[in-house]
Amino acid sequence: MTITQLERTRRAAAVSEEDIRRALGAVLDPELDEPITDLGFVRSVAVSAGPEGTQAVVHLRLPTSFCSPNFAYLMASDSKDVISALEGVEKVLVELDDHHDSDLINAGLAADAGYRGTFRHEAEDSLEELRQTFRRKAHTAAMERCLTDLLRKDPGLSETDLGTVRLQDLPAARNTEALLRRRAALGLPGGGGAIVFVNHEGRPYPPGDVPMALRRARATRISIDGNAHFCRGLLRTRYEGSGDEQVHRPEGAEAADHHNLLPFTVKEIHS
Amino acid sequence: MYSKDGENYFIVDAHIALWDARPENQSNIHGKQFIDCFYDYHRNLGPDEEHWSYEEFLYQGGERLMKDLFEDGYVDHAIFQPAYLREFYKNGFAQVEEAYDLAAANPGKLTYNHCYDPRDGEAGLDRLRADHEKMQFKGVKLYTAEWYGESRGFKLSDPWSYRYFEECRKLGIKNIHIHKGPTVRPLDRDAFDVADVDHAASDFTDLNFVVEHVGLPRLEDFCWIATQEPNVHGGLAVAMPFMHTRPRYFAQIIGELIYWIGEDRIQFSSDYAIWSPRWLIERFVDFQIPEDMTEYAPITTAQKKKILGLNAAKMYDIPVPAELRLPDADETTTGPRQPERADLAAA
Repeated sequence: MTITQLERTRRAAAVSEEDIRRALGAVLDPELDEPITDLGFVRSVAVSAGPEGTQAVVHLRLPTSFCSPNFAYLMASDSKDVISALEGVEKVLVELDDHHDSDLINAGLAADAGYRGTFRHEAEDSLEELRQTFRRKAHTAAMERCLTDLLRKDPGLSETDLGTVRLQDLPAARNTEALLRRRAALGLPGGGGAIVFVNHEGRPYPPGDVPMALRRARATRISIDGNAHFCRGLLRTRYEGSGDEQVHRPEGAEAADHHNLLPFTVKEIHS
Repeated sequence: MYSKDGENYFIVDAHIALWDARPENQSNIHGKQFIDCFYDYHRNLGPDEEHWSYEEFLYQGGERLMKDLFEDGYVDHAIFQPAYLREFYKNGFAQVEEAYDLAAANPGKLTYNHCYDPRDGEAGLDRLRADHEKMQFKGVKLYTAEWYGESRGFKLSDPWSYRYFEECRKLGIKNIHIHKGPTVRPLDRDAFDVADVDHAASDFTDLNFVVEHVGLPRLEDFCWIATQEPNVHGGLAVAMPFMHTRPRYFAQIIGELIYWIGEDRIQFSSDYAIWSPRWLIERFVDFQIPEDMTEYAPITTAQKKKILGLNAAKMYDIPVPAELRLPDADETTTGPRQPERADLAAA
């Protein structure tokens, strides 16, 4: 074996299927605000050794053929970006399967045509504003979860009192961590003295506006949780076995969402 | 009519279809993808014992529809809401002629709503006038994500949409049902966004705008615009079956709707043939908000009666026996309803 061959083998081995999946864990469904790997959207990952490094082929799948094409494109192009950024990757092919715009999106990705190059006359600007809209919704929902937790725990609190709660008043819990992540995504401060209940620009609400703002935030949270579980369920219906690859989402979970946690039962056999 | 525990419910199914998605009517792969998507909804949200075979699901015909709704399904009156989908199906997805003929043969039981596409321009306006002269419909169903040549959708705030609303006004078509779906241009924005409904409802206050699927997946945006516009209503198509798979989510949907738009502007729909009305009605009458959801008041029998039929009957002037009628709630026309009823902190 020559040095060059050795070097090639080393490089190819450097990026494994595991590495690719880990990288894909950074790609979020912008609407559901969750990694595509947790949602079961990654259908397959294959790696092979190429002359200059690893070649990766990734197939993505979505809950319906008519999931919004802009979000579908975002997830597919983000997937290609995070894999391309891995050291030792020579070539990446990302394909979206079974979508009404699969041909268009896959051709655009293969040619690195970008969003406008892919959708041509259907695109006006960029998807940044759209991403921002959903970052704000994710933050709103995270805020509501934390504040409603407080309200349920402390019957002495009124809705109006929630307008002055600070980050340091929140317990160290999953919902608080999630809120801090979403604040960071919007560029909002994460210090303990910061007010929790703020709009997307970081401004608190006047006391009189707090209850209504909380009710609006609640509707946003209900919507995101409902959509997240509905999309998961539809994926399981569409692709048999895909539930095994979904990570359980506790927010908004109901009995039907514990599909992969139910004990396996065997019907009685009567002879 | 449905009766349970001494209570009688007048039932209006406000969103039904008579479709043909059989392969010979599909124009391309999208026709198959569309009905497959519906079939996944059917299988995912409905109880196992209510599942149909794929073949049954592709086409039902008028006879089966009449049986499922009126013989087996407790429905007193149902309203067709056609989605034409001209780019996906050769003779359209909704069978417009067949539905119209069926409604004409059963005027006491069926109301035919029409559909149009504002991208048809002047010629479409002529067609709308001619169709209305023949069919005399009171409502239309608009599917804003419908494909049309290079276009993949339109908005209710587009200039041509307004021209058509003006024509509706002249013709006496007062109920505009809207279905939102993905792939509305431009793609840079949220395709499910209901902001265009807000514009249209503010400018055509004499028309009713019924947002189907209560804006799902944008329940929050729907509630926010609907609470401000007294002529915006919510249709429960697709939301109803969550009662089975996700009862807590369904409780939140109903709780939010009653809070933001009140009990007089919510309409029951089975979305037949995706689901059949029988089990939905039975379960809705039995349904209650879980006790631990103290942020919502329990749903009352009167509210259920309004949602299951009285609200849509009022909008469509469908005669309701006097003993089954109920007065409107004494509530504000805009803004949240009786917020003190649903105050989490007070619980």
